[in-house]
Amino acid sequence: MLEITNLTHTYGRGSGAHRALGGIDLKVAEGELVCIVGPSGCGKSTLLRSVAGLLEPTGGQVLVDGRPVTGTPDGLAVVFQDYSRSLFPWLSVGDNVALPLRRRGLDRAARREAAGEALDAVGLAGASSKYPWELSGGMQQRVAIARALAYRPSLLLMDEPFGSVDAQTREDLEDLVLRVRGHHRMTIVLITHDIDESVYVGDRVVVLSRSPATVTADLRVNLPAPRDQIATRELPDFVRLRAEVGRLVRGTRPPGAAVLSDPSSN
Amino acid sequence: MSNLAVRLLPVPLFLAAWEAGCRMAESTYFPPPSLIAARARELWFSGPATRLFLTDAAIENFVPSLGRMFGGWLLACFAGIVAGVAIGRSATLSAYLDPLIQFGRAIPPPALVPVFIVVFRDDLRMLLATIVIGVVWPVLLNAVDGARYVDRVQVDTARVFGLTRTQRLVRLVLPAAAPKIFAGLRLSLSLALVLLVVAEMTNGTINGIGYELVYMQQSFDMPGMWGIVALLAVLGLVLNLSFLLLERRTLSWHRLARRAV
Repeated sequence: MLEITNLTHTYGRGSGAHRALGGIDLKVAEGELVCIVGPSGCGKSTLLRSVAGLLEPTGGQVLVDGRPVTGTPDGLAVVFQDYSRSLFPWLSVGDNVALPLRRRGLDRAARREAAGEALDAVGLAGASSKYPWELSGGMQQRVAIARALAYRPSLLLMDEPFGSVDAQTREDLEDLVLRVRGHHRMTIVLITHDIDESVYVGDRVVVLSRSPATVTADLRVNLPAPRDQIATRELPDFVRLRAEVGRLVRGTRPPGAAVLSDPSSN
Repeated sequence: MSNLAVRLLPVPLFLAAWEAGCRMAESTYFPPPSLIAARARELWFSGPATRLFLTDAAIENFVPSLGRMFGGWLLACFAGIVAGVAIGRSATLSAYLDPLIQFGRAIPPPALVPVFIVVFRDDLRMLLATIVIGVVWPVLLNAVDGARYVDRVQVDTARVFGLTRTQRLVRLVLPAAAPKIFAGLRLSLSLALVLLVVAEMTNGTINGIGYELVYMQQSFDMPGMWGIVALLAVLGLVLNLSFLLLERRTLSWHRLARRAV
């Protein structure tokens, strides 16, 4: 589905150059939900922008469905962290969700219907005629998720999607993502700096090093589904995995501890 | 409402002071406002009710003037928005044209009136050229500015979801630039009135508000002359208020979105 080979990116040139990505290798299978964690400023967003075709990497290759990424791939949607800037304030919620659907060749009625369904799926059935700025932050991010869902992508990228909402809303939105991925057959790559979240939501957690970022670990999360905010988080496996990811992100390791699973097993 | 009443209180006070001052001074050059109002009514507003009480003189002069002003302003708006958005979205165009724009807008618009009189022998074209060239700059510069600084996340969103060029222009760039563009349009509207009067006051024109102003002065009709000045003030006020109303309606999302943050 998604295949990243030796991806490098350097901002600027000469002495002021900043090497953000130092050779990333990553494969994501169809239908997987992969969380990418790493210390802040490690180049997570650069990675996402390269996959989305918003940035031309200086080296390496990104394949989506076997095709190299040049420009933004057709079956790809992004949920940005900054919902208030990603939604257009001059369009109603319904129009925001329906806007990209022209590319899908839908007529006006079909676009409206698809937008309505997507809003329904995120629990905002009655909000279609409201404007984004009339909604709370969490609701705005739901609209952004609805927009991505209505677009029916095969690959959904989420760039710290819950970084700007409060804890309660964050949990609701995590569960929302887990719920909708079941209905729509999507591959999801979710970037986060929240270690708990990565283990709770992901099928796999990929840990990046400090910049220039490389993949330091690729852990499979074998927690039972459906996940539950309370029960899942008290499972010994969850606690152990969270600690493991935490150490990897900080770059410290307890003496004698082994990595739970190694990247080659995937 | 009472707030508005308090804010309007200085107006009758000013009128009363003006009236009293002029009556005491008894100068021919400074007729009291009551006399100015009476003269204005006699000259322009004593026509038949079917024509909204406008006299022949009013229709002969005001209608062409307003036509020229709105015609010139609309032309300048169109040209300024089209060119401004194009320049704002293209770094190359912007780099090449910026020096020319800076040069062009530094020319005081009335300085071009004598040039246009020579170049365009007929009245209407001279007037339109003066207004268009004079008022295009605020629209152009604001459109460039507004189109240039579209939010990066919004641009990324449009790219990710594959909006076409036309969609990006109509659904993203124009609305995003609209608050700036509207500021430019409002500025240029009041400037259009200024340039209209300047251009009409020069010799060559055969009617219009500016022409009437000079005509009154030359025939020593002081109340009439002051009447034109007062009329222009009212006209400017009405134009600005109407435009503000339009702006509030069109950009309500902008005002409310900013308040919500």
